[in-house]
Amino acid sequence: MAEYLTLFIGAVVVNNFVLTKFLGLCIFFGISKNLSASVGMGMAVTSVMTMSSILAWIVYFFVLQPLGLTFLTTIVFVVLTASFVQLLELIIKKQAPALYNMWGIYLLLIATNCIVLAVPLLNVENSYSLLKSIVFAIGSGLGFALAIILMASLREKLAYADVPKPLEGIGIAFILAGMLSLAFLGFSGML
Amino acid sequence: MINTAIMIIVVLVSVGTFFGVVLALADKRFAMEVNPLIHEVEDILPKGQCGACGYAGCAKYAEAVVEDENVPPNLCVPGKAAVAEKVAELTGKKAEAAEPKYAQLKCRGTKTAAVMAARYEGIHDCAAAKLIQGGPKGCKYGCIGFGNCVRACPFGALSMGADGLPVVDKAICTGCGKCVSTCPQALLTLQSFAAPVQVACSSHDKGPVAKKLCQNACIGCGLCMRSCEHGAIKIDRFVAVVDQEICKTCDNPTCLAKCPTKAIQELVAGCMMKEVV
Repeated sequence: MAEYLTLFIGAVVVNNFVLTKFLGLCIFFGISKNLSASVGMGMAVTSVMTMSSILAWIVYFFVLQPLGLTFLTTIVFVVLTASFVQLLELIIKKQAPALYNMWGIYLLLIATNCIVLAVPLLNVENSYSLLKSIVFAIGSGLGFALAIILMASLREKLAYADVPKPLEGIGIAFILAGMLSLAFLGFSGML
Repeated sequence: MINTAIMIIVVLVSVGTFFGVVLALADKRFAMEVNPLIHEVEDILPKGQCGACGYAGCAKYAEAVVEDENVPPNLCVPGKAAVAEKVAELTGKKAEAAEPKYAQLKCRGTKTAAVMAARYEGIHDCAAAKLIQGGPKGCKYGCIGFGNCVRACPFGALSMGADGLPVVDKAICTGCGKCVSTCPQALLTLQSFAAPVQVACSSHDKGPVAKKLCQNACIGCGLCMRSCEHGAIKIDRFVAVVDQEICKTCDNPTCLAKCPTKAIQELVAGCMMKEVV
């Protein structure tokens, strides 16, 4: 149990994908302009990451490893996550239009995102069990959601600040992300 | 060596084919019937995404107007009659022309006319300036002049004039109302082209106070109210308010002459009744 908790907390804060590993930065900066969109994006990433981790785990341990083709992991996982996101989009568009309106539009943005690819890859690299992979994926997704929600809240406040002209927009967002990242590096000795 | 190469090809091809087939099947199984008419209607709309129709963007309105019989084809304010007609034609609905309107500023507190109460050195934003003592001007009802409305206009119809007030280009203004909801002082109003007059002041200060703070203020004297034979003008807490619906029917605006602009100029310099057409 303690092992799973460590893994989970580690994924959420200590090894936060966005702020300490610098993955998924494009959506992190792209979507963090408003809070409600960030929440939607956080949800979408978490669910896609969890489901594609399960799928990737099955493919890796039942297809790639027995055939001795583990060097194909990356390329197979790219195809896997991209197609899976497409499939998921098709399904929820038809089956749950309300859900689609809420975060369906973010799905295509993460179809080939590095953060969604990184989690299944790290899972198999560390030979996690299926349960561990799921815990790790959920933790990573929540970590991403935490980072993007924090960032969006800060940027919404930033709209009222008097930012020097050359730094307006993405410039000040980069500085802000840097400081946020420094704060998260403070967790690094925790585990 | 050769075996491995063959294996790679087999695995990659089968993975690709598998997902290709799954996606193709899913596409059939979960196909969404999209009415091609929606795209046609969307192409006609001006794509300002202003939301004046009450829907979240042009695409949503196109969908609603095609799918729902009760949605009228003339909701697109920026598109005016031309778009309403085309939308009506495509959807088989009857177009009733949307009344053309434009944004009108109900303030004439120019740099020279209005007294400043303080010097403001914060960020260039009306809403932010309003937070500090209701803005730097003496008149707390007037235009703050940092151009939030100019920035809000999706069509570029507004610009900041040299006198410190926003200027509306009536030829470009579509009457979408974005600026109306943006102005923290609620000074902009959608003005009907048919109504001949508007009161360009919103100050609820009593006459002498309003006059002291801005020489262009409406002092609420009521001369216009009494002169209007249609009863279109009311005095609401020391400022004249024109009922546009009644005003539209008037072709002889006597109030213009009655407003003591020319007669007693030094008293009510530039009374707010002004011709707008």
